Amino acid sequence: MERKRGQQTVFFKNKPIIIGHYSLVGPKEGKGPLRDYFSKIEEDDLFGQKTYEKAERTMIEQSLRGAVENAGIKFGDVRLFLSGDLLNQIISSSYAARSFDIPYVGVFGACSTMAESLALGACLVDGGHFDTVACATSSHFSTAERQFRFPLELGNQRPPTSQWTVTGSGSTILSCKGHGPRITCATFGKVTDYGINDVNNMGAAMAPAAMNTLIAHFKDTKTKPEDYDLILSGDLGKLGSEILIDLMEDHGYKLGLNYKDCGQMIFKRNQNVLMGGSGCGCSATVLNSIILDKIIKGEYKKVLFMATGALLSTTSSQQGESIPGIAHAIVIEGEDNE
Amino acid sequence: MQDKVRNERYNNYVEAKIAKTHAWPSLFNSFWVGGLICTIGQLFNDVLLLSFPNMSTQSAWAFTLIFLIFMASFLTGLGIFDKIGAFAGAGTIVPITGFSNSITSPALEFKNEGIIFGMCAKMFIIAGPVIVSGTVASMVVGLIYLFI
Amino acid sequence: MSDWYVYLIVFISGGFICFIGQILIIKTKMTSARILVTFELLGVFLAAIGLFDPISAFCKAGINVPIIGFGASLANGAINAVKAKGLLGVFTGGLEATAGGIAAAVFFAFIFGIIFRAKTKKF
Repeated sequence: MERKRGQQTVFFKNKPIIIGHYSLVGPKEGKGPLRDYFSKIEEDDLFGQKTYEKAERTMIEQSLRGAVENAGIKFGDVRLFLSGDLLNQIISSSYAARSFDIPYVGVFGACSTMAESLALGACLVDGGHFDTVACATSSHFSTAERQFRFPLELGNQRPPTSQWTVTGSGSTILSCKGHGPRITCATFGKVTDYGINDVNNMGAAMAPAAMNTLIAHFKDTKTKPEDYDLILSGDLGKLGSEILIDLMEDHGYKLGLNYKDCGQMIFKRNQNVLMGGSGCGCSATVLNSIILDKIIKGEYKKVLFMATGALLSTTSSQQGESIPGIAHAIVIEGEDNE
Repeated sequence: MQDKVRNERYNNYVEAKIAKTHAWPSLFNSFWVGGLICTIGQLFNDVLLLSFPNMSTQSAWAFTLIFLIFMASFLTGLGIFDKIGAFAGAGTIVPITGFSNSITSPALEFKNEGIIFGMCAKMFIIAGPVIVSGTVASMVVGLIYLFI
Repeated sequence: MSDWYVYLIVFISGGFICFIGQILIIKTKMTSARILVTFELLGVFLAAIGLFDPISAFCKAGINVPIIGFGASLANGAINAVKAKGLLGVFTGGLEATAGGIAAAVFFAFIFGIIFRAKTKKF
């Protein structure tokens, strides 16, 4: 049978099944509006470790083990581990994989990593290459802050457009058999750069990439925004999602009330996070808690999940480069939505 | 070329889109916290001169600055200074307390990478420019005064 | 000598300098390192043209506690040392005058760096 294809979109014939998911967050996220949905809230943001880097590694380990348990399979059944994070050389993922004894592929898509790993994992499962694939990602406020910004104890003010890196890790188990929501297609995004230089305004830097991916997705799948129960962007934040709505409107797509942003969902306004949450963990924990729960319960039938990432490093921004953005999208449908 | 026009337009659009926050509260906070720190310095200096009448004014100033540097460093260690800084902005950065905080905070932060290459090497990632530019500028001034 | 209005002058002048700093932060998105360098160089400049001492006599801690005072002692140290020692003073003057402050900042950073550890921002 000929496989259906789009310009940037792959359609899955066998529709990989999400058989397990798990979300693990830190104390600040645990006080947010989604606190009842997370699988686990850890009150100690060092996770019993000596450094924040070790803590982030521990988060991935715990969330993956949690997801495997949630899927009701044995750890040895996982054939491949796809993971990435924000730290240089994605050390959190790689060091977490050290303790797993399963084949590992490290991916980097900055904050888009959850969608990127799910899209790749779905391709591998759909193609019949692996029966069960685990996708995970994490971010930690304190490791991201020291790598991209300033020491934690520096007495500076956060610019009003900045966002708060989520401390959290989410894991999803994809399989070719079992029960659960299905991934029906995935759109891979192009690197898009509209010349934003301000490292404290990630939302504006990533919104054009999100627009490109969304438009490509709607064209490839011949769908409209109204066809989805929920269109979820990763961590555009308040400003970024407002920009995205404007940009989409310029291209004739109207994002209505079914559009939401993980970065705005995860924190309350009074938690001093300015534009909202960000980081790999932001979209990963929101997807792997409230969203998948609601898809399983049938409240959402068809969800377009698009995570955005800013592909910068401190070196590139110090050399005056603008910030390129990327966005990948996947469509998750409820089990009985055939 | 087309990209350049597009980017410029987008940047202008984003600039206009950023919600204008009221600057007055932060300006007010920086004013009174900054003023208070200076007043504490003056008070310490006066008490010092009253207690040790033989002390030269220059030594008294030096001790005053050392006292403020100590306090800022200590509060940084306790994890309080960043909260005051987030509240007062330039009110704590511009006084000598900001200089002290900018040395102590990386020392705490990079302790995990070891004493030598972590703490000692990274201590000056923020304050380094202050010392370098100050040293160079003072030498330029010295050279000018040498020749006039 | 230490009448109450001295403290008022100190408070207002010191506060005003920080106020200017805050305007710079908001308008130019300067980071704290740039703010420190800018005000320090302003101090060097004021001392070099001889304006710092009269201001200092009036504002006292109001201008000596801000990093402007640090820059001014660098420049004044260099100027005085040049007068006393000639060329050698160019090299030694500035840092000699500010050695106390730098040594204190480094020493306390080292001590407290050993004792304490960085905590995640809670607010």
